[in-house]
Amino acid sequence: MILVWLMVILFAGGIGAWLAESRGAEHPRAVALAAILLDLFLVILMLVAPDTLGLGTADTVAQLGQQGEWLVLLQADWIPRFGVSFIFGADGLGLMLIALTVFLGLVSLGAAWGEIHERSGFFYFNLLWTLAGVIGVFTALDLFLFFFFWEVMLIPMYFIIAIWGHENKEYAAMKFFIFTQVSGLLMLLSILVLVYFHYDSTQQMTFSYFELLGTQLPDNISMWVMLGFFIAFATKLPAVPVHNWLPDAHSQAPTAGSVILAGILLKTGAYGLLRFTVPLFPAESVVFGPYAMTLGVISILYTAKVAFAQTDLKRLIAYTSVSHMGFVLLGIYAWNAQAVQGAVMTMLAHGFSAAALFMLAGGLQHRIHTRDMDKMGGMWGVAPQMAFMAMFFTVAAVGMPGLGNFVGEFLVLLGSFQVSHTITAFAALGLVVAAVYSLIVIQKVFFGKNVNNLKMADLSGMEFLCLALMMIGLIWMGMYPQTMLDMAQPTLQSLNIAFPG
Amino acid sequence: MSSAELTDLLQIILLTVTTVAVMVTAGFKRDHGLINALTQTGLFASLFIFVIIEPVTPLQVTPLLIIDEYSLFFSALIIIGGIAVTAMAYPYFEKHHQYNEEFYLLVLCGTLGGVVMAASNHFVSFFIGMEMLGISLYALIAYPIHSPKPAKFPLEAAIKYLIMSGIASAVMLFGIALIYAMAGSFEFAKLAQAPSGIDAVYQPVLLVGYLMIIAGIAFKLSLVPFHMWTPDVYEGAPLPVTAFLATVSKAGMVAVALRLLLAAEAFKFGEVTVVLSLLAAASMIFGNLLALLQSNLKRLFAYSSIAHLGYLLVVVIAAAAVPDIVSIESMSYYMTAYFLMSLGGFAVLSALSNSNKELDSITDIQGLFWRNPWLATVMITVLLSLAGIPLTAGFIGKFYIFTIGVEGKLWFLLTVLIIGSSIGLYYYLRLIYTMLQEPHGTIANDPAAARLPVGLNVVMAAMTIAIIYLGVYPTPFIETLQSLASTF
Repeated sequence: MILVWLMVILFAGGIGAWLAESRGAEHPRAVALAAILLDLFLVILMLVAPDTLGLGTADTVAQLGQQGEWLVLLQADWIPRFGVSFIFGADGLGLMLIALTVFLGLVSLGAAWGEIHERSGFFYFNLLWTLAGVIGVFTALDLFLFFFFWEVMLIPMYFIIAIWGHENKEYAAMKFFIFTQVSGLLMLLSILVLVYFHYDSTQQMTFSYFELLGTQLPDNISMWVMLGFFIAFATKLPAVPVHNWLPDAHSQAPTAGSVILAGILLKTGAYGLLRFTVPLFPAESVVFGPYAMTLGVISILYTAKVAFAQTDLKRLIAYTSVSHMGFVLLGIYAWNAQAVQGAVMTMLAHGFSAAALFMLAGGLQHRIHTRDMDKMGGMWGVAPQMAFMAMFFTVAAVGMPGLGNFVGEFLVLLGSFQVSHTITAFAALGLVVAAVYSLIVIQKVFFGKNVNNLKMADLSGMEFLCLALMMIGLIWMGMYPQTMLDMAQPTLQSLNIAFPG
Repeated sequence: MSSAELTDLLQIILLTVTTVAVMVTAGFKRDHGLINALTQTGLFASLFIFVIIEPVTPLQVTPLLIIDEYSLFFSALIIIGGIAVTAMAYPYFEKHHQYNEEFYLLVLCGTLGGVVMAASNHFVSFFIGMEMLGISLYALIAYPIHSPKPAKFPLEAAIKYLIMSGIASAVMLFGIALIYAMAGSFEFAKLAQAPSGIDAVYQPVLLVGYLMIIAGIAFKLSLVPFHMWTPDVYEGAPLPVTAFLATVSKAGMVAVALRLLLAAEAFKFGEVTVVLSLLAAASMIFGNLLALLQSNLKRLFAYSSIAHLGYLLVVVIAAAAVPDIVSIESMSYYMTAYFLMSLGGFAVLSALSNSNKELDSITDIQGLFWRNPWLATVMITVLLSLAGIPLTAGFIGKFYIFTIGVEGKLWFLLTVLIIGSSIGLYYYLRLIYTMLQEPHGTIANDPAAARLPVGLNVVMAAMTIAIIYLGVYPTPFIETLQSLASTF
């Protein structure tokens, strides 16, 4: 039940925040804060003291016939006509991603704290509903339910971009929505084909993930069905060539929106590949693996190159996100223990570093009303704390040893090297290019002359707190990644990932 | 006629009695409020009469009508449409239009026509029902014709509909005649044996008969390429009539069309499936594409309804390959969802309009979310549902279509469906975005800020709640549909 409560609290908090607006513009954010803190408290309890919540490996696991450690599992009927039921479950991977979601939810709240004053009730409503939708995505183990949450997280995000976005918000919001929705429809079709063939062979209509694992599809369509899933997740990830909604969405979204987009929503794509695409279609994934890895490498190199050409700060960071998510794609399709561990680490670490960078970029824009790097310069003198933070997170994103991103990308390369030397060699180039485009940001924005004589306030207490927390997180991941690796381990085992002796 | 048969006919009888009562009352006392209340009472009574009827087994009442759960379900939908239109019409005409009483007479006649269609399994009753509905509609569309300044162009729309609809009826009659010549019967159930009973030489005659009937049906359902009249008539007609046209006239036709195609086993002709597939694909694509260009909301809804009936046709086509039960269930679900969405959408537009001025341009709803959050919430729910987003009835409806399409292996149509819905997303989102924008200027006497009449509020609330309820927890409703499909 605990997983459902996490979502219920956010859904209810969202409605509460909306209603609270009538009492004053400052009330909604307090309600939102309370809801997220309550969630965070529950998540921490789940992580450190599951016993207090009466959790352990749930009894229902055996019943569902699935090996592996499900910390929490819940099952109930929803629409028996279609064999649709509520199956929520969280294993190590799911739990980490939920923790990431709730934590970055708090960060995005911090980012919105001083920025959103207009129609704040509806804003926090959307913020909390997006988070609830994402938690649903990370926990749903019924394909219909998964699709349901996949869409639920989309609409509030659309509103966030469309209402509180910047100058070109209509275009960006529309593009974001259509890309995700259309690829989502392809996934829906694939889900239905999968379910239909499962029904055909067993006479049992079900959308349960566990039941559908191992479904045999006719050879001539199985690849297409797999591609339906792959396209949906690759769009969200995003990977070249379906990535180009992302720079628009990011640059137009308000800071809190960018934080959630980069930090959490992109991870749902990676999660989907890891949890659904590869396990449901193992044979097809082996065939498709080299192509997917190639796409990953193209994403890494091409978007790094494009990032280098940007003058819009947020667009630049958006492209680097695509580049980093290329490593995740590469890691997942290399499909061995190191590579997948690396992909998971990259997901978490990138969640922090990208969220932090977007928060800084959003903060800059809010203060000096431009995202054009050519107009900035010499900001170190004006806002030293901000500059320091930017330096730290940029270096982290580049892959400085000792920080989380390094561990992730290193493991991905280590794992994929065993699969393909050529692809890995090209992917490793990405690390070099990353240094180039990242340092350009620091140089243009924080060093040099402040030609336009821009003045601005340094970080507020709230921003500093959020950034410092993420900093600690990245250092932890870099110094002692074993915490996360241990948590992901059972998930990987249940996915039957090969462990090289 | 036995008492059981009379009981089952009660719904139709009650509607007829109400019609006569309204006519007589209006003859003695012209009072808009009174007539409106009388109409509502009659409609509600005939809606709830199925509590008494409740046929567990279908009952053939005279050779013309069959009363079963399927017919009662569609009758209920049609009557709900009538109720909603009556609720919309009162504030729309009151104080803006002089003589309003006959309007309700026509609405009742049209509703009765729809109910007859839903219950018919005989060409004669089919045609009578269709014409009763059609003739009421000509007059309804032209209703504000004597108004000194009608909001739209009722005469043009009515003439257009009259001529086109007349031709469609004629084509359909010819088709019926051809089939009768071959099969020797007007009863749907007896048509199934027709192909085996006649010479191979005459088979094409039968086929041509079916195709002509399909053309007539396609006209009434405004499927591409028989859709030309739709946007003009939708726009020209007064808003409550547009709502009536979009819901009642479609539901009656869909109900009888599926009954005809299934009972007559028309799918035995491969050509029928091909023609229907082409109609469906063209409607999905062109309906959505043309909707992209519209800046008038009534026209936009017209094109969107074309696209939605294209989606619905996928279910009908799949009926050739899947068990009847599944296709009836899917179609009833989608039709219900379409009904709720259309009525909800038109109710919002009607709240902004009256018979002298209709606010039906996209710019009229700019910033509606901030001007009147309640109206905008209803509209956003409707639009999300039309776009097929989860948590709404529209999503489960689309899910049904996808499921049945996969089951029937209609890969081509499913691809077109995905393309069509993707295009559809764009214009639905554009409307939502417009409502979220800053309102332009300060509008004195903003109609969106005015107090809304209770009847309209009830309609909008009922539709919104139903759309969300059916999207979140459809199980009880699905069970109802399964039981009606199993007694078909």
